Amino acid sequence: MIKLTLLRKLLMALTGLFLCLFLVIHLLGNLQLFLPKEIAQEQFNAYSQALSGNLFIKVVAIGLYVSILAHAIYAVVITIYNRKSGGKYAVDERKVASPWYSRSMGLLGTVIFVFIVIHFQNFWYYYKFTDMPLDPWGRKDLYSAVVNLFGNVWYVVIYVVSMVAMGYHLLHGVASAVRTLGVYHQKYVRVVNVAGVVYSVVISAGFAIIPIYVYLVQHQERLLTLLQLK
Amino acid sequence: MKLKLNIWRQESATAKGAFKTYTLENLEKDMSFLEMLDVLNEQLVTKGERPVVFDHDCREGICGTCGVMINGRAHGPIGGITTCQLHLRSFNDGDEITVEPFRASTFPIIKDLKINRSAFDRIISAGGYISASTGSAPEANSILITHDVAESAFDSAACIGCGACVATCKNGSAALFTSAKISHLAKLPQGRAEARIRVVKMVEQMDKEGFGHCTNTEACEAECPMGVSVLNIAQMNWEYNKALLLGA
Ligand code: HEM
Ligand code: SF4
Ligand code: FES
Repeated sequence: MIKLTLLRKLLMALTGLFLCLFLVIHLLGNLQLFLPKEIAQEQFNAYSQALSGNLFIKVVAIGLYVSILAHAIYAVVITIYNRKSGGKYAVDERKVASPWYSRSMGLLGTVIFVFIVIHFQNFWYYYKFTDMPLDPWGRKDLYSAVVNLFGNVWYVVIYVVSMVAMGYHLLHGVASAVRTLGVYHQKYVRVVNVAGVVYSVVISAGFAIIPIYVYLVQHQERLLTLLQLK
Repeated sequence: MKLKLNIWRQESATAKGAFKTYTLENLEKDMSFLEMLDVLNEQLVTKGERPVVFDHDCREGICGTCGVMINGRAHGPIGGITTCQLHLRSFNDGDEITVEPFRASTFPIIKDLKINRSAFDRIISAGGYISASTGSAPEANSILITHDVAESAFDSAACIGCGACVATCKNGSAALFTSAKISHLAKLPQGRAEARIRVVKMVEQMDKEGFGHCTNTEACEAECPMGVSVLNIAQMNWEYNKALLLGA
């Protein structure tokens, strides 16, 4: 167990930023889901197969699992410790001094953690550990699994809400992590702050749009009739 | 003016405290907050009750002893000032005001609103100085320094050790206080030489005292009476990470 507060923070920052880097790659890969079905099914399934067979990806994946666990474990350690060291007041207006999401990283992180468990069960476990149906080219048909899951409006809701939580987590997290690394020149701090906001919005909106898009495409006939546009 | 005060009363560090309500009338709106407490204490003494204990010294915003929580905010509702610089004109006639000591696990209460901030002193003692031999002041032009650097170091040095940053931080972190001294000295040629060993020792002491982790909410800067910037924390992290990589 790490004892020093700044070292714990450094661990949070490094694992957090590594996860941020991963999210970019993950989103880029997922953009294939926006392609028309005929192309997307083959391309996305081929991509998934290539990734799961690649040794480099396997090593990175282990780094990813370790990062998520270390980040979550130290999040709990830090949050419990801070609860004890911080003061409580009968009349408390301290909230005016900081944004709510910067004070709610533990809560937002917990939402993300629950989401990660659901998300792993939905795709990762299903892909790796079950005899899932194959596509016409003989590959595991992850594309259809995605389409089926997001045919269910409740999964769309879970995914979108989680992405909002992740957006706020990153809104504070990116700037906070770079602060922990020690960027202190005003000029660079301003650049980092703007980049952090842009990153958070683009990444979380990007992930959130996918389930919405997949849902709308497969229900478009029904929705259009419902809206009496057809 | 008439005010209703809920003031935290506590006999000792170990005693259980509670709020007590007092009503004051005929107050002047231009009285300072501490003068209002003086009026209250005179009345309590006349009645034979124990006066409210609160810290104060300079009463002009430079000693840093007078900090209390007023209606849930450090040094009261106005930013950039200490409690002694707060005046009753910032409140309305008939207001109810709750006054509590600064609270953190590292700031034990001595009595009523008075807290023990010695943890701050021990952090400074751990390395918040330069170990050059003292003597008469050297010739000023023998160490060249730009105006901007001098100003920036002075902004960091402005910390008066009031503890509002710790009291306001949900984590009870002393990052702003500790980093102010670390970057004040790291910015100057005289302090630069020992920057790495200093940051390691001061951060170690800060942890030993039990202050929480800084989570960069930046509430400390918003409530600091001297406007000490959170970029000092960034510089502390920078110096600390450098010491990690290069050795103290
Ligand atoms: C996609 C997943 C995640 C990403 C990209 C991410 C990213 C980040 C980043 C960049 C930071 C800033 C580090 C710092 O302040 O130095 C951070 C902090 C934090 N994260 Fe995460 N995180 C993720 C998941 C989680 C999970 C699952 C939890 C909790 C179980 C969590 C809890 C926290 C907490 C408590 C903090 C620190 C609090 C603070 O500095 O205010 N995060 N995260
Ligand atoms: S940094 Fe500001 S709030 Fe903290 S002790 Fe110094 S003067 Fe007070
Ligand atoms: S009494 Fe000195 S700062 Fe308020």
